[in-house]
Amino acid sequence: MRQIFSATLAILTFLSLWEVLVWVNDWPNYKMASPSDLWPAFWRFKGLFLIYGWETLWRTVVGLLLAILVGSAIGMLMGLSRFAREGLYPLLVGFNAIPKATVVPIVALIFVGQHDLNTVLIAFMISFFPIAVSVSIGLSTLEPEYRDILRSLGASKIAIFWKIALPKTMPEFFGALKVAVTLAFIGTNLMEIVSPHGRGLGALFDSGKTNSDYPLMFAVLISLAVLGIGLYYVVIMLEHFIAGWAEREID
Amino acid sequence: MKSQEENGLIRINNVSHTFNTSSGKIRVLDKLTMSVPKNGFSAIVGPSGCGKSTVTRLVAGLLQADEGSVWLQDQKVTSPRPVVGMAFQNPVLLEWRSILKNVMLPLEIVPNNLNMFEREARARNLLELVGLNGFEEKRPSELSGGMRQRASLCRALVHRPEVLILDEPFAALDAFTREDLWQTMHRLRSEEPFTGLLITHDLREAIFLADEIFVLSGRPATLQHTEVLAKRGQKNLDDLYTPEASQTLNTLREQIKIARQNEGRRI
Repeated sequence: MRQIFSATLAILTFLSLWEVLVWVNDWPNYKMASPSDLWPAFWRFKGLFLIYGWETLWRTVVGLLLAILVGSAIGMLMGLSRFAREGLYPLLVGFNAIPKATVVPIVALIFVGQHDLNTVLIAFMISFFPIAVSVSIGLSTLEPEYRDILRSLGASKIAIFWKIALPKTMPEFFGALKVAVTLAFIGTNLMEIVSPHGRGLGALFDSGKTNSDYPLMFAVLISLAVLGIGLYYVVIMLEHFIAGWAEREID
Repeated sequence: MKSQEENGLIRINNVSHTFNTSSGKIRVLDKLTMSVPKNGFSAIVGPSGCGKSTVTRLVAGLLQADEGSVWLQDQKVTSPRPVVGMAFQNPVLLEWRSILKNVMLPLEIVPNNLNMFEREARARNLLELVGLNGFEEKRPSELSGGMRQRASLCRALVHRPEVLILDEPFAALDAFTREDLWQTMHRLRSEEPFTGLLITHDLREAIFLADEIFVLSGRPATLQHTEVLAKRGQKNLDDLYTPEASQTLNTLREQIKIARQNEGRRI
């Protein structure tokens, strides 16, 4: 309850400061739209916001799920095998260092017209790295004693993985997933804006740009933020159920 | 063939072991021979880093000796066997499980014909024995260090192992908690007999818990001295303050001193 109150207070304060800033400087809305301009812009295109918002959301979530699958698999490989870790790290870091904006036209060219696939692919590419790294660190830093208590009972490697390694890695995994959620949104919108196919919130942003409808552009940004917050809290909830044991009461 | 009683349930036969590290080969054990009779309790003391923990890993089957052999119940140890229970200095409880579920863990691994209810009853029974009743549903992080170590002991014993290996399990505890746990050990041993092998730095702990104490020399470790205690089996804390106990303590101190002096002189 207190959490909701403090979050609402922070958001309201932010919005009023923004409004006051625009009002005091007397900026026209093509320079800086104010919060009060956003609602009309949003309301005018509310149907499109719903359709495009859904498109952006599902493609982000699919990209993220793909990132979880592939990222965890790479992370497991690197966490359990030193050889794989030393071999894959430079490749992964190099891949991650490439700005994804430059990959967008390439992907768009490879799968021309496959807009959903393209977008999902970029969302995936931008967000799997933190998951792979943290899963691999979680697995490779498992204290040998944890392994020994099961190994001394004659447990198989698979049993050790399921009973100890996997649950012990969950806090690191969720830490990375929180980063990956926001990254995946960036990936989706990158594709939607750089290589627009008339779908998703990115396309709405683009049409705002073409029509010099600045409040619309800002409204898109805000709705992206809202989607991002929503998905972030879904992850927080999952974390609470799956890795709640790692939470500590702080007074 | 002699019985395990005389011959030793745990037998370490002329064992040598060398570790390959980045700074070269380190020979930790040199022709080590010792045995622990069935339902006996032996302690191993010796200078730090002399290879005591290596002995426990060999007995548990987590490590194979380069030379010589380790025998459990007249079977050569070539891989881990569920007849062993282990507890370390770090209680290594799984933070995502309740204390009860932590104690039940070995029963999920070791083949047994207990059903869910029997497993839980077995774990609850042990927890009660060590004084942890009422804490079954707590998380490990909610317990004190001593309580966590008690739970770790229960986990080591829940599958009724023949052998309990203790690698400095009480080293990180304060003096009073440690004495409490020593008494708990005796209680557990009288309730369900097992063969114990304890690694420790604490000579009084060795005297209080063990029937027999092996002093290892410095690295590479050989058996330097065996101290057979006058008072075996159940003891109480007063037994630590008898003239015999002081005598034993002195002998052990003397032996450790010799072990440390000789360290480095041998190759």
